[in-house]
Amino acid sequence: MDTLVEIRSLTVELPTAAGWVKPVNEVSLRIESGGSVGLVGESGSGKTMLALALMGLLPPGARVGGEILLLSRENGKEKTGRTKAEAQRTLRSAERVLVGLTAEEWRGVRGREIAMIFQEPMTSLNPVMRIGAQIEEAILAHEPDLPGEQLRERLLAAMKQAALSEPEVRAGQYPHHLSGGLRQRAMIAMALAPQPKLLIADEPTTALDVTVQKQILDLLDRLRRELGLALLFITHDLGVVARVADRVAVMYAGRIVEEGPMQQVLTGPKHPYTQGLLAASPTLEKRALTPIPGTVPQLMELPPGCAFAPRCALRRAECDVKVPEFRHVDAGQAARCVLIEEGVR
Amino acid sequence: MAHLLEVENIRKTFPRGAGVFAQDANGERFAAVDGVSFQVSAGATLAIVGESGCGKTTLARMLLRLIEPDSGKITFDGQDLLQLSRETLRTERRKMQMIFQDPFASLNARMKVGDIVAEPLAIHESRLSGVQRLARVGEILRRVGLDESALWRYPHEFSGGQRQRIGIARALILRPMLIVADEPVSALDVSVGAQVLQLLQELQKEFGLTYIFISHSLPVVAQLATHVAVMRTGQFVENGPVESVLRRPESGYTRELLAAVPEIPQARRV
Repeated sequence: MDTLVEIRSLTVELPTAAGWVKPVNEVSLRIESGGSVGLVGESGSGKTMLALALMGLLPPGARVGGEILLLSRENGKEKTGRTKAEAQRTLRSAERVLVGLTAEEWRGVRGREIAMIFQEPMTSLNPVMRIGAQIEEAILAHEPDLPGEQLRERLLAAMKQAALSEPEVRAGQYPHHLSGGLRQRAMIAMALAPQPKLLIADEPTTALDVTVQKQILDLLDRLRRELGLALLFITHDLGVVARVADRVAVMYAGRIVEEGPMQQVLTGPKHPYTQGLLAASPTLEKRALTPIPGTVPQLMELPPGCAFAPRCALRRAECDVKVPEFRHVDAGQAARCVLIEEGVR
Repeated sequence: MAHLLEVENIRKTFPRGAGVFAQDANGERFAAVDGVSFQVSAGATLAIVGESGCGKTTLARMLLRLIEPDSGKITFDGQDLLQLSRETLRTERRKMQMIFQDPFASLNARMKVGDIVAEPLAIHESRLSGVQRLARVGEILRRVGLDESALWRYPHEFSGGQRQRIGIARALILRPMLIVADEPVSALDVSVGAQVLQLLQELQKEFGLTYIFISHSLPVVAQLATHVAVMRTGQFVENGPVESVLRRPESGYTRELLAAVPEIPQARRV
């Protein structure tokens, strides 16, 4: 598979009253074309900030270091309104300065190449605008000269694709007429209408009932297959990650601490934090849950070594010296833990 | 042994399209809770599971008479709850307390934690001296895993998991018999939720509590409950011991819910 997005040592710094903090800290990640990466983390892990960096939606004042490369290769299909000359596009950021793209350049990428859906559809949807108008707005943002008839066609196509029943009726409805699941579908329709290559989904099903969640996850599956859509799925739910992702990256205090093929990481986790998450996750089989002692550290007060060490049962002196580098296990699985090399893990 | 709580055919309707922007309701009402009956034994943990709009939250509030049922009977600790005078209800209320879902919304942001947790004492045990109250509050805060310094701080200074513990402390300070918990861990991260679940389990043993908790998460239910009731459009479609309901469900709807839960792959044993 071709690499669609390559994130290289990305660091996002935010100014706070207590000084600069790094909600995203030297994160490297690769998303394959049509692939699905699950980004797992709890509150404060940096996962949402990472997504916002990919969308150029970081808060004002943020400093960005590292690189995000977006490689787009046409697969031969005609895409309405796009020239075939777009073989490769790079988003390159200068060191430690806000991403080097101008607002204008971001507009060509955000929504068009990379789109995002969020947890609370109600806050992303304009409550006083009909659904159809909002989706059309998303299309027109990137193709302002689209004639009315074609616009309508694209609208209905986008809604059908998101499995919105009775699109003609729904298009005339307001968000509050729709259930949570339908609103999420409307968001998906909005996000996919400009035909992006990557969809970032930030906890899209967390607020939904479990049966509705299943429908949305099934829908995302189908869209990946039909459109070759790549997915970056952010969640704290390990069951959902298992359902959705080919690869998993686990974040803690701004860094990726473990990464690899989903099955491998979830059945054979190598980082104590990943192991802790699994041991603390309830399943349908009742078993003794082991909470992870302690709490997530404040970004202002990170230790010099492994950020997880203070909570780790396997901690040793070595852990506190410096942040562990990635150590590879096998077949594409790696984790930042000093214990791996020694064959202890 | 008599049940601690017996609910008989409880019903609650609301006018359709209630609210300022409602269309003319034509006197139509819909039943949020449509004839629910069940019993809970002392020491049990009943989970009420269902999807949005099934009526579980309305039902939970009726159990504490925070909402008045339209009809039906609730017998708690031998007393007919719906027939009690306001005075007697007030004394009965101390035996049943509630923990809410949103640790951010359920604590008064303008009160210090010590005052929040002491409030039930001020209402129900007004003869306690300030010193005695302080001692009780400090004790319960310690028991839920918070430092005594929490007494003087405000809710916003705490994390979600800690705020949930504060809510638990407030619910426990009167030593109730029954605690109704509305989605106690759904707003919390996995590792924090696991801590709270563990705390709830320990407290149940230590204080001899009976729990009724509402959840949309079947894995959490599997973890905590002794009995499960599955609710749909205002009615129980299934109700029984947790093992039976989760492993040998009788209702197609229960099966549908179970099938929708995304499972974490387990390592294959060699």
